[in-house]
Amino acid sequence: MIYNIEIETLPREALEAMQLRRLKETVERVYVTVPFYRRKFDEAGVTPADINSLKDLERLPFTTKEDLRDNYPYGMFAVPMDNVVRIHASSGTTGKSTVVGYTARDIRTWAELMARALAAGGTTRGDIIHNAYGYGLFTGGLGVHYGAEKLGASVIPISGGNTRRQVLIMKDFAPTILTCTPSYALHLAEVAAEAGVDFGSLRFKSGIFGAEPWSEKMRAEIEAKLHLNAIDIYGLSEVIGPGVSVECLEAKNGLHIFEDHFIPEIINPQTGERLPNGAQGELVFTSITKEAFPVIRYRTRDVTSLDRAPCICGRTLVRMRKVSGRTDDMLIIRGVNVFPSQIESVIMEIEEVEPHYQLVVDRIDNLDTLTVMVEVGESFFSDEVRVLQGIEKKLSKDIKEFLGVTAKVKLVEPKTIARSEGKAQRVIDNRKI
Amino acid sequence: MDYVEQISVFLENKAGRLADVTGILAEANINIRALSLADTSDFGILRLIVNDNDKAKEELKKAGFTVGKTDVVAVEVEDKPGGLSYILRILHKANVNVEYMYAFVQQSGANAVLIFRFDNLDEAIRILRDNKVRVIKGDKLYAM
Repeated sequence: MIYNIEIETLPREALEAMQLRRLKETVERVYVTVPFYRRKFDEAGVTPADINSLKDLERLPFTTKEDLRDNYPYGMFAVPMDNVVRIHASSGTTGKSTVVGYTARDIRTWAELMARALAAGGTTRGDIIHNAYGYGLFTGGLGVHYGAEKLGASVIPISGGNTRRQVLIMKDFAPTILTCTPSYALHLAEVAAEAGVDFGSLRFKSGIFGAEPWSEKMRAEIEAKLHLNAIDIYGLSEVIGPGVSVECLEAKNGLHIFEDHFIPEIINPQTGERLPNGAQGELVFTSITKEAFPVIRYRTRDVTSLDRAPCICGRTLVRMRKVSGRTDDMLIIRGVNVFPSQIESVIMEIEEVEPHYQLVVDRIDNLDTLTVMVEVGESFFSDEVRVLQGIEKKLSKDIKEFLGVTAKVKLVEPKTIARSEGKAQRVIDNRKI
Repeated sequence: MDYVEQISVFLENKAGRLADVTGILAEANINIRALSLADTSDFGILRLIVNDNDKAKEELKKAGFTVGKTDVVAVEVEDKPGGLSYILRILHKANVNVEYMYAFVQQSGANAVLIFRFDNLDEAIRILRDNKVRVIKGDKLYAM
């Protein structure tokens, strides 16, 4: 189902004319309201007056996650705080997360985009949505929530956790749409089976899954075990949250990007050069309607390619392939973004010298597990078991508190973690998605 | 020196690690006077009293082990029932906390040696001596 037929099936010329108009407005606005962008534009020798075609977008400088961190918390907001009605953040190193803001109109935009996304997955106002994305600073829960209400569906704001209870709710409240991370969906299936609840007897017709990468193989598994149509949704809080792009039920072959709000580009991550259609590279977004937190050529670090072939669903919006990986070392563990360097800074609190550590990620019973192996250095070695166990517990607790992810900390002997010539191999990811 | 220097070694719960440590000490001609092994599900801490602390530490570190040194107190009691109980009652009455302890019996004498780790060594030694308990100095213990 197409929520906004006029926009989602707009002929390319009309869509591109709209994009150019909005791009020029955005560039003019950020040049005046965000000192960061003014400085970057000046350094690149470009002004708003130079942007006269969509191709001119290539003249603008890129924005990176570091830029956002450097301007923590509100340095890149384009409106006074009075106009900001919502703040979200993604986990960061102790104190330095990525903070984003929304005006009232941004919230309405986001709700419209999410309504489109839910509709693309088959949701109508008659549906009941079991929303197990986390509510809080994470954009998943509230993103789906507002989209659901805009669409007119009935949303159950169950958030994450307490899986046994969720299974009970699913049985009693008879939801028809499931929204959560794909690995959590499989976990729900498992817990339901243990509790004697057969997903075949539940009323789900579709599930809209995202916040982490998942393969076609995993889609097949989810569809078989949960008896529903599994749809991919994509987004990131820097761009708006979930609702940047979504698969259509008809094709389930690439995610339609809502180009009336975001202009996508694919670049070579090493050179920054824009790549032609169909080529795989780093996904970059420019927001053209966001007020509080506009982004110009934001490098997502996600790897994908664009497909401009017409889609059988009738939408004229370009599709991106399912994200195949990252250009950096970021991990997604149970839907939470984790950078090995964040774990490093937590370990550094305990040990003075550069810690030798390694992260081992597994997937057990469809749930991601993270084990942090830390070599015991002389500076924190103690002859008391109690003290060493205390260190393990403290590290685990700090990681949970600052990064929002549960990690088992294992102390190991020195030199057990392989040394390498160049960049240390910090992560061993055993998951086969 | 009233204290005794104990060497502690971090061991992962991997097969053969303990044998590796004792092998290294044997190679270096170091004699172990007493030992105790504290274990958890993930790792163990091997505590040793040897006859040459510096050499032991050096050899083990060379082989890549994490080694620490702790000051402990050695106490001599008669090797008969009630020896340990007596000591512990004294400490308990004086509110002295025992972190851990282990013991070994001497071949030559009729005495047993108890190794204690205390939070506050000096206070513990004072209380023991006040109660006429024999505290063995480090040098004497290593050479026993």
